[in-house]
Parts: sequence; structure tokens; C-alpha cells
Amino acid sequence: MENLKALSYDLRKDAVDMIVEGKGGHIGGDMSVMDILVELYFEQMNISPENKEDADRDRFVLSKGHSVEALYAVLAAKGFFPISQVIQEFSKFGSKFIGHPNNKLPGIEMNSGSLGHGLPVSVGMALAGKMDKKDYRVYTVMGDGELAEGSVWEGAMAASQYKLDNLCAVVDRNRLQISGNTEDVMGQDIQEERWASFGWHVISVQDGNDYGQLGAAFEEAKATKGAPTAIIANTIKGYGSPVMENKANWHHKVPSPEEYAQIIADFGKKKEEALHE
Amino acid sequence: MNKIPNRQAICQVLMEKAKEDKDIVVLCSDSRGSASLAPFAERFPEQFVEVGIAEQNLVSISAGLARCGKKPFAASPACFLSTRSYEQAKVDCAYSNTNVTLIGISGGISYGALGMSHHSAQDIAAMSAIPNMRVYLPSDRFQTAKLIEALLQDESPAYIRVGRNPVEDIYAEGSCPFELDKATVLREGTDVAVIACGEMVKPSLEAARLLEADGIRAAVLDMYCVKPLDEEAILRVAGQVGFVVTAEEHAPFGGLGSRVSQVVAAKCPKKVVNLALPDAPVITGTSQEVFRHYGLDAEGIARAVKGNIQ
Repeated sequence: MENLKALSYDLRKDAVDMIVEGKGGHIGGDMSVMDILVELYFEQMNISPENKEDADRDRFVLSKGHSVEALYAVLAAKGFFPISQVIQEFSKFGSKFIGHPNNKLPGIEMNSGSLGHGLPVSVGMALAGKMDKKDYRVYTVMGDGELAEGSVWEGAMAASQYKLDNLCAVVDRNRLQISGNTEDVMGQDIQEERWASFGWHVISVQDGNDYGQLGAAFEEAKATKGAPTAIIANTIKGYGSPVMENKANWHHKVPSPEEYAQIIADFGKKKEEALHE
Repeated sequence: MNKIPNRQAICQVLMEKAKEDKDIVVLCSDSRGSASLAPFAERFPEQFVEVGIAEQNLVSISAGLARCGKKPFAASPACFLSTRSYEQAKVDCAYSNTNVTLIGISGGISYGALGMSHHSAQDIAAMSAIPNMRVYLPSDRFQTAKLIEALLQDESPAYIRVGRNPVEDIYAEGSCPFELDKATVLREGTDVAVIACGEMVKPSLEAARLLEADGIRAAVLDMYCVKPLDEEAILRVAGQVGFVVTAEEHAPFGGLGSRVSQVVAAKCPKKVVNLALPDAPVITGTSQEVFRHYGLDAEGIARAVKGNIQ
């Protein structure tokens, strides 16, 4: 098995390179969500450039579309497009690599960017799977700040009404949003109770940047019948370098040359540790 | 007088087609009765999705279904569908290019006495402004049926607005000329061209008959396709007349009148008179009372033509 933790630091570097080259990007959330995406694309989901049009493929919707740099890095690593092209073109004039997901690119199902859309769209995808008696699974990843959008809860209601056990929603619970701590902006600390009260099976992942814990959660979700599963993954915003970690002002930011050097050095060190664990 | 509202014509076509095509899915937001889609829900429960009173969910779920090969038709009162779920129409349908047909029922001022919350006098402007969203206001039940059949043949998003009440027939069974995105010329004329959509087509046609008695020859165009607009048809009739009148059940901005005025001003400059609802909450009453009040009935349209003729 590939060392996914080690891989995640290479992909974090790719995302940071995109942001530096494109002069902007949602760096903090990219870092927190990276391990969730890597686990999904490299361990959980049946999706590849070869089967991207297959009716039986698993579906993924990045509801927190602003973390697109992390998604581009993962899709490139899966072979959907060359990473050199993404880094070179990201956010540039006329680029296909926009600052939010766009389904004109291979591997991207739906355009997102406005928050609160991914879950209801995923409900539709999961419903289609049930109607056609297909075995594919549908995954969506939301931010914790995003959960203040009312449309999330419309989708949550419908998912349990229709017993969509082929649907798994992940919350990237990094506890920070643009204006600061989520608890100061709009409290999210009772997430588990909220999802459970909407009829969902809820799994709380203590360390959402840990592959063992994430993998176990996704397996539990697959085994859950009769209800959709919400995984609350407690992550660290800016994960991978103390320069960024747990700092709200790194929500959208371009590192200075000094910061960049430090961040890349930190990633290298962490990758080495991961390889020798 | 015809007793079948356009919404019922939609249900009939969908029920006919759904027998053969299992990918046709109808979605409602507690609106199956008002959309005349209850018979579909009863006959095809496996192809019907109820989302409850949640229009944003209605549209996003439709988009997700479409992305997985389904052909969703999402029906909800036009007032809610075009504003409450506007962003879902923009992002999940138009921008993501999903094969969703949005059906705005009880459009315009169909809910005459229920107040501005229930009027959709902004939907043409709002939906037309979204790239990759088509906007259709069919005039009668036969054209509505033809439109639904045509939309089942393609895979792009569209917004349709129909009214609540039955409207008098303009066409007839077996003789409804229809080409997608092409206006239907109902009358040729040389003095004025009246270009109308939806429920304004019938009074425009009647106005032309009233004007004929006074020796005024009015062309009438059924512009059910507000977007993409049939510019060719507009320029052809506009070139033959002294001036153009537009009639629509919509706010005075951003609707059919604005769109026709843009085309005429740029390519065939002459006077265009826009007949529409006011930029104000609409007066209480039945559709017919409200239309009469604002000069959107046959007499009012004829009056506007006479008042502007040189």
C-alpha cells in the first residue's frame, strides 16, 4: 500500500505551488481537507480517469469548493490532468483551472463555489443510484462554516427521508472560518447531535488528518444500512506547517517567499517522518 | 372555452412519455396538486420525488439526478422557483449544465389575490440573465405539449413558466405549428407588430382583430421562446411595420419588452412600446381583472396601438 500520509505532503506542496503561482487561493482549508480527499480518492472511491464516464463509478462533490487546489492536486495525482499544467495555469487569464470546481474538467462532477449546494446535489445523485439499483456511493465534503447555510439542512432532511445509505457527507471540522473561530461566528459544537436529530448515522473522527481513523470511519459508513452517514472529521486548518496551522488569517493567503520556504521545509520533514513511521 | 390549463398539458405529456422512458423523473415541493402532477405521482411513484416545502433542495436534487442520467422536471410555483432557488438554478442547473427542466407554475399574477409574495413578475428577467438557461412561456395547451416533447429531446437546462388557469386555445389539436426556439407568426400585418408571450398572446390576437375593424393591420408573433429569442422573426416583422408593441405578464424591466427593444434598436431602429405590469405591487384581483386594469387585455392592447400609431 502506498504511504498516503507521505503522498499528502507532496500534494500539499502542489496546492501551495498553485496558490503561489496563481497569486491566491484558500490555503488553510486545502491543508485541512487534504487527507480526507487522499483517503477518498486513493482508498475508498471507485473513480479513475479510465472509468470517469462509467455509470457505476462512485461520485464525489466538493461542496466546500474553495478547497479546489487540494482537489486539483489529488485529481492530478490520480492522472486526470498533469500537475505541471495546473500549477502553470491555475487562476491565470483564460484558464480552465478556475478557483472553484468546474465540470468542464475531467474528474469533476459538478460546479461548486457557492456553499450549501453539495449535499442537496449529492442527495439527487444518491437517489438516482437507488432508482437504478446501482451500487455506487456518493461522497460530499463540506466545511464547518458552511453548515450555517440552510440548504445544507434541506438536503440532510431529504437524505434521511429517502434512507440514502449510499450517501456519505464529511464535515471538514477545522474550527476556523474567514472571520475567526466557528464558535464565535455561528456555533457548530453540537454537530453530532444535529446530524443525528436529522436521522443520520454520525461518526466523529477525533483526528481527521489520520488515515487509520478516516479509513475506519468510511468503512463504518459503507456498512451502515438504512440511513446516510455524516462523518465529522476534526482537522487542523493549515495542517502540515506551524506557519499556517490554526491561524484564521491563512483562510485565503499567499505565503511570502520566506513563509513558502519554511512551509515547504516543514512538509519535507513531515514526509520523512511519515516514511519512517 | 378550454378547461385544460397548460400545467395539465405538461402532466399529460410526461405521463405518456414516462411509460417508455424510465429516466423521466418529476419532482415537486409540496406542489403536486397545484402543478397538476398528482396523477403522475400516483401512476409513476418510482419516478416521482417529493422534497417538501424546500425549493432550493428541489432544484439541487434535480441537478444531482440529471448528472446521473435522469431527466428531471421540477415543478414549483414560479414565484418561489425563480427567486428562492435562483442560485441553485444558476449554479447547479445552468453553470453545471445539467439536464433539468424547471417548471414555474401559477406564474405571473395567476395568484392575483394573494399578494406580491405569490406573484412572479421578475422570473423572465432573472432566468434570462443566467448564461445557459433557456426561458419559455408557452401560450396555450397545445404549444405547451409540443414544448415539453421538444425539451425531452435535448440535454440542456430550461425554465418554463405557465399560468394557473386554463387559457383559451390559440392552436388546435393536430395543427399547432412548432419549431423549438422559433416564434410562431399568428398574423401578418403592415402597420404594427405585436410581439407577445404566454398569456398575453391570446389578447394580442384579439386586439389585432379589433384593430382590423378600424383598418389597422397588426402582425402578431407568439414569442414563447423568450430566450433564446427568435431575432430573425422579430426583424422580419419589424421591417414590415411602422412600430412594434410588446405584451407580457411581467415587470417592465428585463422581460420580453426589454429583449425585443434591444434587438430592434440595434438592428432595425424604430419605436417599440412595451406593455407590461407596473414597477409596483400589483393590484388585487383575478388575472382578468388585473390584466384589464393595466391595459393588458385585448381592448387595452388595441388602445395602446391606436395611441401610438402615426
